[in-house]
Amino acid sequence: MHAQPDQYAWFAVVSTAGPAILLSALGAFVMLLLGSEIPTFSLLLLSLAVALVGLGVGMKFIRSDFHARRAIESVILWVLAGAATISILTTLGILISIIGEAINFFQIHSFWNFITGTTWAPGNSFLAAAGRGDGSGAEFGSVPLFAGTFMITAIAMAVAVPIGLLSAIYMAEFAPARVRSVAKPMLEVLAGIPTVVYGFFAAITVAPFIVRLADSVGLDASFNNALAPGIVMGIMIIPFISSLSDDVINAVPDSMRQGSLALGMTKGETIRDVVIPAALPGVISASLLGMSRALGETMIVVMAAGMRPNLTINPLEEMTTVTVRIVAAMTGDLEFDSAETLSAFALGLVLFVVTLSLNLVSVIMIRRFRNKYRVNNL
Amino acid sequence: MSDSYDQISQQLKSRHRKSTRLKYMSMGALALAGAFLLIFFADMLSKGLPAFKQAMINIEINYTEDAASNGRAAVDQDLSTIISRSVVRVIPLEMRNDPSLLGTTVQRWVLASANVDQYLKGNPVRGLDDEEKARIDRLVEDGRVEMQFNAGFFSRGDSKMPELAGIMSAVVGTVMTMIVTLGIAFPIGVMTAVYLEEFAPDNKLTQLIEININNLAAIPSILFGLLGLAIFINFFGVPRSTPLVGGMTLALMTLPVIIISTRTALRSVPESIRHAAFGVGCSRWQVVKDHVLPLAMPGIMTGSIIGLAQAMGETAPLIIVGMVAFIPDVTASFTQAATVMPAQVFTWSGEPSRAFVEKTAGGIIVLLAVLISLNAAAVLLRKKFERRW
Repeated sequence: MHAQPDQYAWFAVVSTAGPAILLSALGAFVMLLLGSEIPTFSLLLLSLAVALVGLGVGMKFIRSDFHARRAIESVILWVLAGAATISILTTLGILISIIGEAINFFQIHSFWNFITGTTWAPGNSFLAAAGRGDGSGAEFGSVPLFAGTFMITAIAMAVAVPIGLLSAIYMAEFAPARVRSVAKPMLEVLAGIPTVVYGFFAAITVAPFIVRLADSVGLDASFNNALAPGIVMGIMIIPFISSLSDDVINAVPDSMRQGSLALGMTKGETIRDVVIPAALPGVISASLLGMSRALGETMIVVMAAGMRPNLTINPLEEMTTVTVRIVAAMTGDLEFDSAETLSAFALGLVLFVVTLSLNLVSVIMIRRFRNKYRVNNL
Repeated sequence: MSDSYDQISQQLKSRHRKSTRLKYMSMGALALAGAFLLIFFADMLSKGLPAFKQAMINIEINYTEDAASNGRAAVDQDLSTIISRSVVRVIPLEMRNDPSLLGTTVQRWVLASANVDQYLKGNPVRGLDDEEKARIDRLVEDGRVEMQFNAGFFSRGDSKMPELAGIMSAVVGTVMTMIVTLGIAFPIGVMTAVYLEEFAPDNKLTQLIEININNLAAIPSILFGLLGLAIFINFFGVPRSTPLVGGMTLALMTLPVIIISTRTALRSVPESIRHAAFGVGCSRWQVVKDHVLPLAMPGIMTGSIIGLAQAMGETAPLIIVGMVAFIPDVTASFTQAATVMPAQVFTWSGEPSRAFVEKTAGGIIVLLAVLISLNAAAVLLRKKFERRW
């Protein structure tokens, strides 16, 4: 079992190729990182030499009492563990890339102004980066951006939470199995529609409809109003809320329902006073997840919301969001180290922190629910 | 006593009414969600289906001396304003490539201009005067103008002329990007899941990795774009706008989806199979490779297809790494600028011309058709191979 011919063969392959591949990867990385030129040809030659040495050493090991299986498996274990660390590296990569550039930004503009300023006007900051002008007049106060983001998120949640939660209640408590088997995939289709498609729908169909509606009651609405992206984003989030809430409501133990019904409560009262309070941590967790998705949603607002920062509470007016400004800063013809481009990373940092904390709270809530009712499949 | 009976039964009635009200309210919520979906699809189909039809005009092309330098000379002056500019533009080139054409006359179906196309589809058009409209109506009566299936929409790349714009370059770009994405995310995702589920000791590092993966799944996609820009493009020097950098960025985004679904699939393989394999002397890796992974494969494939569909519809991170380029030619290369289907939809939606609204919706229909069939494939796969232990 642990000394089969093919295992010896694999051992030979690993001992030959392993060090050689490591060496060439290291060489390539050093070349990239330090910019020092190692001729590709000599690197290749060196790798081949190492491969030969590896083969020789490997052959020396192969004896009848040598356990090739154990040797290969330790290598496999390292490779698997290496793959697992890539997810950590991704998070680190996001953190480093965002924080690094955000620090550059905060060296140009004060952190305090960024957090509390109410005027977002990148203005001529790109001229300053090119060495012309001093970039004065550029202001990076992010309050209007966050106000817009939270406004649109609030509209989305106002649409998604009631519809999502009630749909979940219907599916978990009332619906016959046949309806359920149709409704669940239908909601999943909503979740599978690309956001760019939602954005087009919001901009071309919903926004003009809202403008006409507002017109008919004598209100003045902008074509880039905050209501259209908000509503469409709400539709997008419905399945996130309904699907998790459905699972949570199903996980509430039946004994609680039976106890409540035995006391003479009607079905509606049981749901309202027993099931939903029990499932509340899960429902809140689902809503927080949906909220973090709404905050970070990009395409819908890029296509349907405005570009102009606007500090207002009127959802019929044009307003812009954090993600819109990130996209605007990244797609303009600006120098990479101009203040406006760097500001995108500062905005990204705030977005990262906010969504991360929402996710963490959501995870804690769902864990609390799981521990309370000892449910394992959530 | 009788009083209180009445009271209670009154109360009971209203309590049951409330219960029924909740039922209908929740039913209404679900119906509302369904209605949104219906309105959405009806809207997309009504806007996008006309894009699959294209007005064509049957014209006479005279390959004269003049036409060799100025393509306009080859066609009737009255018609030159209502056919696509692209038709006359290629005539000199055609003549250079095939000198024997000189002096011949060919009757041929050519693309009508976008204005004619929109006029025939009944949309308001600004670019045509009444005389031209009358001429088009006459041509329709003669059978010289026809709506034909718009094959060019599926075989051409992007163009600034709506009648010429097609989705092919975006489709090719999507395929190239998805090859990169899946090529990176699938092996790494499966390896990570196998490590966490079958090998990892339950220590702080493992818990950190798990929390981290769950968080990655919920991070806004645009931040992955910032990572791609700062790390892949600026640090490692991967060329901008290419399927390579787009695919790598999307791979990082798809990774958590694949890891989570693979772990679920691995977990659903019963312990007894592992015990049996250990019992005959298999090592941990042999158990995983020969028994657990093959049994979990359908679940892993389902999860990967769903992850792929998600990556295919993603736009925001690709905008940040520059994959919204204008790509008129269909090129299949990992290191040349490319665009993907959702990015193409985004580009077209920014075009002011009315004809592009139709193109955008047409592109959306193609994109949705691909995504829905992918998801349906995943569901079928799950149904076919799902095993209850």
